[in-house]
Amino acid sequence: MDTSNTMGIMQKASTLLDKARICVNDFKTWVALDSTNLSDGQQLAVKYFTVAVILFFAQLLFGMLAATQFIFPNFLYGFLDFSVNRMVHINAMVIWMLYGFIGCIYWLLEDESGTEIVGLKLGNIAFWVLTGAVTLVVLVYLLVQIGPGKDSSLWFINEGREYIEAPRWADIGIVIVVLTFFYNVVATFSKGKWSGIAGVLTLDLVALAGLYVAGMFYMTNITHDQYWWWWVIHLWVEATWEVLVGVIMAWSLMKLLGVKRKIVQTWLYIEVALMFGSGILGLGHHYFWIGTPEYWLTIGGFFSALEPIPLVAMVVHAVYDAGTHSFKNGNHPALAWIIAQAFGNFFGAGVWGFMHTLPQINLFTHGTQWSASHGHLAFFGAYATINIAFFYLAIQHWRGNVWMSEGIKNGWRWKWALGLLNGGVLGMTIALLIAGYEQSFIERAVEGSTWAGYFTAQNHPSFQAAMVWRWFFGLVTFAGLILLIWDLLTIGKGEERKAAVIEQ
Amino acid sequence: MNETPLWASESFWKKTAIWVTAGSFIILVVLTFDSLSKTSAGSKRVPAYSVINKKIDYQFKEDLHKSIPVIGDTELIFGKVFTEEEAEQLVMLGKKTTQAKNCMNCHTLLGNGAYFAPDLTKAWLDKGWVSKEMREDLMVKFLMNPEKNARTFGSNRKMPNLNITEAEAKGVVAFLKWMSSIDTNGFPYNFKTINAEE
Repeated sequence: MDTSNTMGIMQKASTLLDKARICVNDFKTWVALDSTNLSDGQQLAVKYFTVAVILFFAQLLFGMLAATQFIFPNFLYGFLDFSVNRMVHINAMVIWMLYGFIGCIYWLLEDESGTEIVGLKLGNIAFWVLTGAVTLVVLVYLLVQIGPGKDSSLWFINEGREYIEAPRWADIGIVIVVLTFFYNVVATFSKGKWSGIAGVLTLDLVALAGLYVAGMFYMTNITHDQYWWWWVIHLWVEATWEVLVGVIMAWSLMKLLGVKRKIVQTWLYIEVALMFGSGILGLGHHYFWIGTPEYWLTIGGFFSALEPIPLVAMVVHAVYDAGTHSFKNGNHPALAWIIAQAFGNFFGAGVWGFMHTLPQINLFTHGTQWSASHGHLAFFGAYATINIAFFYLAIQHWRGNVWMSEGIKNGWRWKWALGLLNGGVLGMTIALLIAGYEQSFIERAVEGSTWAGYFTAQNHPSFQAAMVWRWFFGLVTFAGLILLIWDLLTIGKGEERKAAVIEQ
Repeated sequence: MNETPLWASESFWKKTAIWVTAGSFIILVVLTFDSLSKTSAGSKRVPAYSVINKKIDYQFKEDLHKSIPVIGDTELIFGKVFTEEEAEQLVMLGKKTTQAKNCMNCHTLLGNGAYFAPDLTKAWLDKGWVSKEMREDLMVKFLMNPEKNARTFGSNRKMPNLNITEAEAKGVVAFLKWMSSIDTNGFPYNFKTINAEE
């Protein structure tokens, strides 16, 4: 009896597995991508890009669930609560962007160093370890969700600190994987040749990995806790990530437009000086209200007010370069997303950040939907865009360096995806900004931030309407992503023409 | 001649980038040492954990144009005097509970977190707890069974049941009381506490 039962289950499992295999094979035939078109480093890069796109999808899916709960609070209540959806929403974002960045670096590494990747096997192992760990972390987030108030919960379930919720075991794993990645980058440049871009990248990666460690300790003193927590969040997002994007941008402008290396590298140094010069002490704008001394009001206010300057420089840089080359380039979708990055970064991180960075204003906007408004436009504008540009670059080469300039077949798809994604995020940003204004006035200025004041603002018709608009524009964004994925899977399929040659 | 002027040269900006980065970082490290020492538990800005034995208020000072925490006489929680060590243990249990239950992805603490539920910075002092006599009891009951003791303020948003034990709930209350004593440079502004007279 027992053995026949087991046999039955085994048989069913194997038929299911066969079916899955057939599905995967059908999909592969349909996509018709040829990996022999890619170098080893590029093959590793597209692995990271693939997971990045899947996590991008998860980010938007869970964002939609959380947005729905603002309108219908009973939706999934007690099953997938807002806290869970919101955590997956922001964690999927952080992780997909990191996957994207690692992919971008692996993509440009061989080209920039002029040699093959040194630790390819190690890079592949690190990829699978990281992907396995991320899957496990997400499953625990969704299925276990919370634990008792003990260290074991922080080690194995959820650390409960916004953006870096990953349990401690995963933190350690992340550091090991990043060190492997760092080794690959440094060893490859050492074997091949160093460049200005390589130097900036290496130093930036040291800072990026080192800073993460600042967020790996438990502290009862919440002022100290948040002090170090911001070291990770701010010095990643507003300093090291920005410089990383500068590196990627510099390389892609050389490749896409044929800008001279000397010009690109000079700009990169200027950006590093401005970015770190404003961003490192700009950290102070998170130290206004967490218990830290009053001098942070001055330092944080002043330096963070300077933070938009490097972003202006980047816009000038990207648009000027594109203009001097008469927008002639080998990959139209990628260049369009690079331009979107220049503007998105400037408006999202720069303007939207500046609007509420001075302490006199921040006293009323801190901890309201203002931050959500800024967060949506900044993360999308600064980081999602450049990754998407690289997805297009990757797919072009994956198809055998095919034509992707004017007259792409089904060119409406990438244009509509571009429009829907940018329009959707901009719409959400405006809706959240209105909600933030309303909260600052009613909850903060009039009602004095009590719980009753909080809910008076939340129940106000203009806030409620803003949440509906945010939901609608979230859907627009989601539609844009689905179109983008479809386009990435099909663009350049059956294209016979080779890519346009770009001259310096 | 078409020589690049110094201010536009690659090497000039390379050096500038290095000096600016190193300089800013050193300043940050110095300020970090100073800030950490000025905010250790038991400092003027961040009181010792045994502050949970005292009355805490948050009062607007006309001359400063902001509210500051005011520590008063004895006002026990759970009818017990906590030694410094016991207080730290209790607040630690509360802090760990807020992390393990993922409070920060609905609420804000010191204004940081998510925006689906009210800020917890001065939750201990909030008028929503009706009276000082009922406060502790209401808070513990609410934390342990938020569905039954829901405080939705007409929003239909309810805190889910997070399986918080009585010990954990008491820890969270102690943590919130301690947090309300931190000098947050006047954030939140214009906040009227449960102690304020109408």
